[in-house]
Amino acid sequence: MEFLFNLISGISLGSIYAIIALGYTMVYGIAKMLNFAHGDVIMVGAYICFFATARYGLNPLLGVLLSMVVCTVLGIVIERLAYKPLRQAPALAVLITAIGMSYFLQNAAQLLWTSSPKVFPSVVKGSVKLFDGALSVSFVTIVTILVCVIIMVALVLFVNKTRIGKSMRAVSEDKGAAQLMGINVNSTISLTFAIGSALAAIAGVLLCSAYPTLVPTTGAMPGIKAFTAAVFGGIGSIPGALIGGILLGIIEIFAKAYISTQLSDAIVFAVLIVVLLVKPTGLLGKKVSEKV
Amino acid sequence: MNLKTMNKTTRSNMITYLMVIVAFVIVQVMMAGGNISSSLKGQLVPICAYIVMAISLNLTVGVLGELSLGHAGFMSAGAFSGVVAAQCFSQNINNPVLVLILAMIVGGIVAAIVGVLVGVPVLRLSGDYLAIVTLAFGEIIKGIVNNLFVGLDSNGLHFCMIKNTLEMDTDGKLLINGPMGLLGIPRIATFTMGFVLIMVCLIVIFNLVNSKSGRAIMALRDNKIAAQSVGINVTNYKLMAFVISAAMAGMAGVLFATNFSTVVASKFDINTSILVLVFVVLGGLGNMRGSIIAATVLTVLPEMLREFSEYRMLVYAIVLIVMMLATNNPTLKNALGSFGAKVTGIFKKKPAKGDNANG
Repeated sequence: MEFLFNLISGISLGSIYAIIALGYTMVYGIAKMLNFAHGDVIMVGAYICFFATARYGLNPLLGVLLSMVVCTVLGIVIERLAYKPLRQAPALAVLITAIGMSYFLQNAAQLLWTSSPKVFPSVVKGSVKLFDGALSVSFVTIVTILVCVIIMVALVLFVNKTRIGKSMRAVSEDKGAAQLMGINVNSTISLTFAIGSALAAIAGVLLCSAYPTLVPTTGAMPGIKAFTAAVFGGIGSIPGALIGGILLGIIEIFAKAYISTQLSDAIVFAVLIVVLLVKPTGLLGKKVSEKV
Repeated sequence: MNLKTMNKTTRSNMITYLMVIVAFVIVQVMMAGGNISSSLKGQLVPICAYIVMAISLNLTVGVLGELSLGHAGFMSAGAFSGVVAAQCFSQNINNPVLVLILAMIVGGIVAAIVGVLVGVPVLRLSGDYLAIVTLAFGEIIKGIVNNLFVGLDSNGLHFCMIKNTLEMDTDGKLLINGPMGLLGIPRIATFTMGFVLIMVCLIVIFNLVNSKSGRAIMALRDNKIAAQSVGINVTNYKLMAFVISAAMAGMAGVLFATNFSTVVASKFDINTSILVLVFVVLGGLGNMRGSIIAATVLTVLPEMLREFSEYRMLVYAIVLIVMMLATNNPTLKNALGSFGAKVTGIFKKKPAKGDNANG
């Protein structure tokens, strides 16, 4: 029973990582950049939802929608202001700008909302008892897993079946050629940031519903772990983000439960290293052969 | 030495050495005259440590061309082993300078060993995958050190992990107390030692870069396949640069830790790695002088911004973004460049007679 409980909480935590990892992996696939500020967009999303529901008494669903809208706008603004001018710049310059953006968001949040921790009210309350009460699973856990599955299916359909999805795939394949085919590369990249940031808002709300302390640095560590998950599954691949995220979540919870709480992060990263050594492009990553 | 007859690289290196020496002398004179604020005085040794971190990371990122996000891990390995060594040595040796030098050597060696352990698997990967694995290693080192307990008594050193189960004699002293970090560090780091360490590292790096090995390393950075085809051993040279860089980071860690009485493992986390990476990128990849200036300015900047108090980190972030945009965006760069040309043009122009006719 304990095993099953751990497995379910692992999948639930992994689902959150997977949703965040999607933002990393889509942006990486299209703009070829590591968006370090993504973790902090999660935090902004959680704060918006917190104030909407706990302070102004909005319906939780409306709160989530509001925070999605705010994060979408934020994602587009960040992309336009900080990343778009650097389209041609070396990758490291973009990385440092993203880090600067991350510092900016964290410190702006600290000024606006102070660093004192906020207790996040759970969006979904209650729990369900299974096996004659031997196993108690909270609704948040179930909702998290469901939301993750829905998002995943929707995204895969969107990217593979729609016209916009096709243009996204084209841009990620070859920017120049896509432009020649009449695809608006800039708006496609903006759209990717918008989708990634909206997902970040959902992830933020789910994360804080499961772990209810909210501070300006809330997004930093889950952001790094989700990024690890994206690499784990093969960065640039949407199903890879799902598999990477869920595996990472399960490994983390199991390491905490059966090995050592303090060493759980070290174990997660050790597994990542082993996987990358065996499969250097991640679980589902494409192998790119070098041209001479 | 005649500056004009030297080749360009040697001259540039000499200017860097001179810059460090002049800066050291100026600070010493100011300290003697009491013209230096106490907050800045406390920053001198950390600045030296960050400079060494920046130039050593520049060897990996700028010269070798591989992005490392776990440089603080080596700093941590060096700091913790070096301080334990310093505690052992200081029982028998009374001279603090000698103890610090020995501790730095131990810290450097331990960091180099960790560098080999990390480097052998990691350097098989490339690009972002290498970056994420160095990040992972940095976090693993932090996780391990965070759960390490080390004690010292008359029987020697005692180690254990996760829970404090050390069985020491009554004269035993706890050196590393898990998440509490290093305790009772002898504060032996001095600004002069920091200066000496910077100079040693600079000499090593400049000589390495100008040697046959250095050229092989740079050839790998510029075109791996071409370098391989002329018989350069990829793994050896990559590992060489990586391990030297790790050893220097370890020494910087010892210098940093011995400036404080307690240091926790979480000080050397991903944020510190990124901070150092920011120094390197802002200073210019492969440009040691740039790294030194960037490390100094960006360590002092938050202190200088203290009058903005709570806004200072926000200002720091904005400065960072604006600097990256200004130096990398072609439009902005050209605008700044033409502005700069105009400014220098005003000073250079000698108005000739008859030139005024046009207005």
